[in-house]
Amino acid sequence: MSTVYIARVKEVAARSIGGEMMIMSARDSTLFSLNETATAIWQAADGVTPLAEIVQRSLCAQFEVDPAAALRDAEELVEGLAKHGILKVSDLPIEETP
Amino acid sequence: MGCAIAQDVVIEIGAMPVLVRTSSPEFLHILRERYSGFVNSAAQPVFEFEVEIVAPGRIPTAIGDDQDLSVRFDAGRWVLERGDFRAELDPALRHGRIWQSATPYAIDAAFRIVHSLLLARQGGLLVHAASVVRNGRAFLFAGVSGAGKTTISRLAPPDATLLTDEISYLRREADGYFAYGTPFAGELAQPGENVRAPLAALYLLAQGTENRIDPVAEADALREVLRCVLFFAHDSELVGHVFDSVCHLVQRVPVRRLTFVPDFRVWELIV
Repeated sequence: MSTVYIARVKEVAARSIGGEMMIMSARDSTLFSLNETATAIWQAADGVTPLAEIVQRSLCAQFEVDPAAALRDAEELVEGLAKHGILKVSDLPIEETP
Repeated sequence: MGCAIAQDVVIEIGAMPVLVRTSSPEFLHILRERYSGFVNSAAQPVFEFEVEIVAPGRIPTAIGDDQDLSVRFDAGRWVLERGDFRAELDPALRHGRIWQSATPYAIDAAFRIVHSLLLARQGGLLVHAASVVRNGRAFLFAGVSGAGKTTISRLAPPDATLLTDEISYLRREADGYFAYGTPFAGELAQPGENVRAPLAALYLLAQGTENRIDPVAEADALREVLRCVLFFAHDSELVGHVFDSVCHLVQRVPVRRLTFVPDFRVWELIV
């Protein structure tokens, strides 16, 4: 898979409540709850750091996981979050829009 | 042909006075009766409505009688449509127009929507909940239809003051959350008292075989309270405000699950 970049969508509200990252889509008011690994990816989704690097830095370093398996899981996760409209995914760095 | 003179009434709910102007004496009378405990002619309105009374079949709405309420933001105005009314609100001018028949139902719905929109920017919320003041402190009992809001209100002891059995009005103020009485009644068909009190706790209602109070994790409290919040607009900025408000609320006000049998003894737990 080519290099993947991810960025948080602006039209969401996110708060850490009781140790859970809760995200509400402002588009349709759907509420999402992220687990620990998904939260680590969400927080690192700055649009310019490749997903593989995020996985290496935020997941492999923090949790004892196999890098290849972690990347596969992360790709699946970001695809799901993108489908729900709370994460942007691109094969180019994602520019910050004002 | 006679010329009807417009008259107005200021209805203050949740410390938010709204002026309603109409040239229909019949409708003005309905308003004064329906909101009798909430009329405050001395208050400075934060919003004004012009109400035009039209025959039921002539309301300028594209929504059918069997369709749900539609709320949209269009060209700087909120447009609210239901089978029985159309309203256009300009938040910048704090002015709105309503076309409806001479019944209290449409203006009641419009009030709920306007208050939810105004409150959203102030950290306040309208919640599907009964609320009651006891010993100077307010308690909210939240739940969807059938959860027991009216039942718990009906069981309240004589020393309790009912704020509402249907829609609770919460404001975030400098020294915490306050619950206000509302005229929005449920099955009890009785408006709340027009008083306010600091919010002591929010109970998520569940009917069971015993009376008990259980803790609720913050994340679960957020999910459940969000389900009970009245919010009509699909506007990303306002949805964000409402989400932030509920997060703030559940982190500062105790949220508990109240399981109860429909019996007055449940009130022994609420002190």
